[in-house]
Amino acid sequence: MSTLEINKPLGFWKKLSTQKQLIWMSLPIILYVILFTYVPLTGWTMAFQDFKPSKGFASPWVGWKWFKFLFSDDQFVMVMRNTLAMSFINLIFNFTFAIGLALLLNEVKAKRLKSLAQTISYLPHFLSWVVVAGLVSTILASDGVFNIVLKWLGLMKEPTIWLGKPKAFWWIVGFTNVWKEVGWNTIIYLAAMSAIDPALYEAAEIDGCGRLAKIRHITLPSIKPTIIVLLIMNLGWIMESGFEIQYLLRNGMNADYSQSIDIYVVNYGLRQGNYSLATAGGMFKSLVNIVLLLAANWFSGKLGEEKLV
Amino acid sequence: MTMRFGGRLYLSKQSFIAEVAFSAFRALVLLGIVIVTLYPFWNTLVISFNQAIDTTRGGIYLWPRIWSFHNYKSIWVTANIPNALFISVARAVCSTILNLFFTTMLAYALSRRDFSLRRPFTLLVLLSMYVNAGLFPNYFLIRNLHLNGTFWVYIIPGMISAFNFIVIRTFIKTIPESLFESARLDGTGDFRIFWSFVIPLSKPVLATVALFVSVGAWNAWFDTLLYCSAKPELFTLQYQLMALLQQSMNQSRSAADINSAGMAANIIQSTVTPMSIRAAGTIIATVPILIVYPFLQKYFVVGMNVGSIKE
Repeated sequence: MSTLEINKPLGFWKKLSTQKQLIWMSLPIILYVILFTYVPLTGWTMAFQDFKPSKGFASPWVGWKWFKFLFSDDQFVMVMRNTLAMSFINLIFNFTFAIGLALLLNEVKAKRLKSLAQTISYLPHFLSWVVVAGLVSTILASDGVFNIVLKWLGLMKEPTIWLGKPKAFWWIVGFTNVWKEVGWNTIIYLAAMSAIDPALYEAAEIDGCGRLAKIRHITLPSIKPTIIVLLIMNLGWIMESGFEIQYLLRNGMNADYSQSIDIYVVNYGLRQGNYSLATAGGMFKSLVNIVLLLAANWFSGKLGEEKLV
Repeated sequence: MTMRFGGRLYLSKQSFIAEVAFSAFRALVLLGIVIVTLYPFWNTLVISFNQAIDTTRGGIYLWPRIWSFHNYKSIWVTANIPNALFISVARAVCSTILNLFFTTMLAYALSRRDFSLRRPFTLLVLLSMYVNAGLFPNYFLIRNLHLNGTFWVYIIPGMISAFNFIVIRTFIKTIPESLFESARLDGTGDFRIFWSFVIPLSKPVLATVALFVSVGAWNAWFDTLLYCSAKPELFTLQYQLMALLQQSMNQSRSAADINSAGMAANIIQSTVTPMSIRAAGTIIATVPILIVYPFLQKYFVVGMNVGSIKE
């Protein structure tokens, strides 16, 4: 029987020798992944050197010097504060607005209207941060429409240059993120909601439940697992407050509140050529990310949810 | 007492009022979302078509006061838009084709359960999602490979994305194994199977991934800043727009900065302003996305759902 012969277990190398084409199709790509993802990790040695590009890896070793500098640098402390603050604002805004919008869209029964609203709300997700920053600075200009609306509502007399107000910066970033991503973030909740058994709603209606009661007792509990998994996953990214929008909207006036850890790294590396300090900052961020990810994964397992990694 | 609203029957007055109030609330919020999403584009569009000096007087919100194409004309020349468009399109097309080809090939090879190296290879790819050496270690790799200052720096570093790999592999696993089995028994090689079966059968998911990759490539600008800032002929559209944006941000800092910034836009004095130029640039960078968006939007929801299975 020929099939028996095929199914006969072969030794590892013998089996591998029959898979030459698969090896040719995967090994070069795997080597590529190793080169572009794992080889740069050797660059972390820069954080322990006084790195000069001319000397390369023969630069003198300085131990923990740059990490000590980092944690005694007032600017780094400020940058950490900004990163965490913007991260938390983004996290809270993203969840509340996306869940709210998903609940609302779920209540729209007219298919055409629903898909039109979805199509429009997904659109900003596909725009670059450069375009979004351009739109934001037009809207927030001193004679921009935001000031006009506030004046019209009687909330403000004199127009404000919002991007020049340091304390407004975190909230500008927060709301810009909502504007760009809220529609896109509803997709996963809407998918979870579409899996809810309609019979549950019918039964609730017979029991005399109104709309709000149905949302509270059926819809929200049904999407709870999705919310928890996403929340835990996002807690693992708390050091990532975004980079592009801060880089594009920052200016001299809001610098104390707009600098995130990524901008700190770029500034030291590109502007001052201090690659060692920049690498130490980036390395610190990566390590915190990995620890948070593992912690979130462990916590997720404790809660009885599916493990992420 | 019974009442009708929206084709349904309501038994009490309270539930009728609650339903009407909810419908009104829902309509208002949806309308608000549509306005908040679309108005910034409209606002920017009318500013880009209004005469620049007139715009500084304010009040351009719904319609241009003095029509002018001058903003577009000047940006077309000073920011070298034709070349930037060419680079951006070339970049998006090359990235998409190479990315799709290699990611799908890898996904097929690693979807084969009998492949001896499947486990270690898959682990290496998945881990790459969480491993990031950081900006400057990557920067020096690119420099050591002599990719900086070439067009290939846009294409080569981002050829495999672990997320797209998961999406495509998840899809390939849904193709019945028996199809590949019978082809293999006929003596068809794995590459042949990949090329004539896997690619045609995976079209829906490839369309989704193509959308993600091409939009990502189209929207990127930071790699130009890092690696090609000394090569104006390699500037992408997004990079040119970023330069315009930074210039108008600098204006709010001090007027002196603008004169020293040496940006090409300053050559044409007084007839354009950073704000109007920025508006025109924003529109030019947005229009291509707006054109392809309606054609592609039916695909991405499918792809998001495939991806979320693994998440």
